[in-house]
Amino acid sequence: MSNILEVQHLVKNYGDFQAVKGISFSIEEGEIFSLLGPNGAGKTTTISMLSTLYAPTSGDATIAGHSVSKEPMEVRNAIGVVPQDLALYEDLSARENLIFWGQMYGLSGSSLKNRVEEVLAQIGLVDKAKDRVKTYSGGMKRRVNIGVGLLHKPKLLFMDEPTVGIDPQSRRAILDTVKDLNKQGMTVLYTTHYMEEAEELSNRVGIIDHGELIAIGTQKELTRQVGETETLVLHIGENEDPEALVTAFKGIKGVLEANAINHEISIITHSAADVMAPVVTKANERGIKIHSIDIREPNLEAVFLHLTGRALRD
Amino acid sequence: MLKTFLIGIKDLRLIFRDRAALIFMLLAPFLLTLGMGLVTGRFSGNSSGISDIPVVIVNQDDGELATALVDLFNSEDLAELVEPSPGTSPEAARQQVDEDEVAAAIIIPAGFTRSIIPQQEGFTNGNQPEVVKIEMYANPSRPTSAGIIKSILDEYMSRIEEGSVSAQTAIVQMLVSGRISPQDAQTAGEEMAQSLGDTQGGESLAITLNTSTADGEEVEFDILAYLAPGMALMFLMYTVSYGGRSILAEKVQGTLPRLLVSPTNATQILGGKVFGIFLTGVAQMLILIGGTSLLFQLKWGDTLGVVMLVLVAVFGATGWGMLITALARTTAQVGSVGSAIMLIFGILGGSFIQLDQMPAYIQTLSRITPNSWALDGFTTLALGGTLADLSTPVTALLTMGSLLFVASVLLFGKKNLVQK
Ligand SMILES: Nc1ncnc2c1ncn2[C@@H]1O[C@H](COP(=O)(O)OP(=O)(O)OP(=O)(O)O)[C@@H](O)[C@H]1O
Ligand SMILES: [Mg+2]
Repeated sequence: MSNILEVQHLVKNYGDFQAVKGISFSIEEGEIFSLLGPNGAGKTTTISMLSTLYAPTSGDATIAGHSVSKEPMEVRNAIGVVPQDLALYEDLSARENLIFWGQMYGLSGSSLKNRVEEVLAQIGLVDKAKDRVKTYSGGMKRRVNIGVGLLHKPKLLFMDEPTVGIDPQSRRAILDTVKDLNKQGMTVLYTTHYMEEAEELSNRVGIIDHGELIAIGTQKELTRQVGETETLVLHIGENEDPEALVTAFKGIKGVLEANAINHEISIITHSAADVMAPVVTKANERGIKIHSIDIREPNLEAVFLHLTGRALRD
Repeated sequence: MLKTFLIGIKDLRLIFRDRAALIFMLLAPFLLTLGMGLVTGRFSGNSSGISDIPVVIVNQDDGELATALVDLFNSEDLAELVEPSPGTSPEAARQQVDEDEVAAAIIIPAGFTRSIIPQQEGFTNGNQPEVVKIEMYANPSRPTSAGIIKSILDEYMSRIEEGSVSAQTAIVQMLVSGRISPQDAQTAGEEMAQSLGDTQGGESLAITLNTSTADGEEVEFDILAYLAPGMALMFLMYTVSYGGRSILAEKVQGTLPRLLVSPTNATQILGGKVFGIFLTGVAQMLILIGGTSLLFQLKWGDTLGVVMLVLVAVFGATGWGMLITALARTTAQVGSVGSAIMLIFGILGGSFIQLDQMPAYIQTLSRITPNSWALDGFTTLALGGTLADLSTPVTALLTMGSLLFVASVLLFGKKNLVQK
């Protein structure tokens, strides 16, 4: 397989601030590649440079053999972009939006018409196609936003956090769509800060933090970096304060990392069995009720924690 | 080129779906035209058009020229247009104006005729007596009526001046025999005094008032023919600033970046946005013109001339819209600056107050507005002019639009509006 995208030392400065600090990676034709990183990591900035919106401060990338800085028009024809923030005309219907954007991609006549209907079916909005976008739910708008990126059947599709802020059902539908598109042969660069999405979708994952690509590889390759670890996940009551507990857990011998997200505490350890008893004891000492305990194989969350000492979502 | 067109059409469609925008674009000018029409009595009484303008004339002179002027106002030709009455004293006449009984008072001071035609022959060089001036006291609440009276007076005075160079008795005869006609008076009137009067001689003008054209059609001066374009042009400025704002709005709502990552270049995009503003302005003007023609039986005049004038007026206004956008940073700025400019241009351009009542420097300043040039043109057309009579406003508006476009493009370039 050849590389459809090659990124070489890409840098972007906003004034004095360096948002992307010289990243390099490549994507093979036919794969789903995820850029996983927390808020502000530089995902959108990277996509903006790759999609020719922003000129890189230094470095370059080639897409289907064309340089993003020197041959932007060729690049634009090869890519589809689904921006993180909705970019639609709210006073036009879904169909009118698709028609307009299809025209901007050079489609016309019956091929435009057919393609618009195909995409409407794909995003499941045939029934609502005549309604103005402003009357849609957040999930429906997201689907139209995706549909626009698909119209010209791009070789490479950029999807920038396409599931942010929507209900679980719509999210499910979007993830399934991405997998379908990939099966039909589309290469996808998918950014997210949800570890689960990266795990479910991607062949390979790049972990990005503070503008740097800190790890890249298949999920297996990445988790191997963490070493032989397990993650203990504790669910506690809604009214409990997890932070104090996390501090306590960090003092337990054998705990490598502890971290709380809402009412879920993750503990990384070499041996779940060894730390289980003291964990439960510490919780009891504080009168905090544990609803359940899971033991998980190492995941990307653990990788991120391992590499940065922070949780993906804080 | 095709994409530019498609983006323009898209914008036209969007603005016609924006209820607030439609209110400003179409409803507001229409209602204001209607309202001002009602205030000026356009919809009451006989037929359409201005007629029977009450004017009081105080003749303290009794010389030939004064008598000729009084006769002119009482002549058959002006019978429909003006309703003159003799006044006893200047004070009483002015009071009639102040009490809104008449549109204007004309006061001919004693010695007027003699100051122009000296009694003794050979009494010429060096010793000319100082010219005694006729006073016109105008009623500010009846600007158009007063403007018409003033234009008759102006025309009369210019004839006297012309005449005093040549044979003086001939003028008096010409005046008495009614050869100074209201159609000539109209030519000097109101807006067109400078733009037309300067370039062309009085008689060669195609403009007529209450008179028959060659094919016998009545052409009347209709107050709405002034009000309706005035309002339409004022709210045209709203439309162009709305259009300019939409460029920044697209940036904020992400559709501009999305366009930029599609295979569409910045020139096509910006061109499309400008084309959209232009299309919208033209649509707005044509709808207002069509609407007032149908509902108020307003005759805008020569179709070809109207279309041409609409195109160049919108072009000039679009230039302003682009300049505002190029200078502004946020959509809110465009909105507020746009509204301010709409009002200022409306007033400066003569949408509310006739310009000839303003100081000279304001009249000069008004020439930066597309409103004033276009209003000149529309008045010319309403009075029977054709495309051929529009060369001044058309040239002015084309020049204005072109200069503003160049300026905006330079500014856009500097600000890097489209590229990061
Ligand atoms: N136009 C800009 N000017 C200045 N700084 C910017 C600009 N855009 C982004 N940044 C900064 O650059 C960094 C990277 O931003 P970016 O939007 O690429 O992150 P991200 O990974 O997409 O985050 P998120 O998950 O929140 O979308 C952030 O610190 C952000 O504040
Ligand atoms: Mg982002």
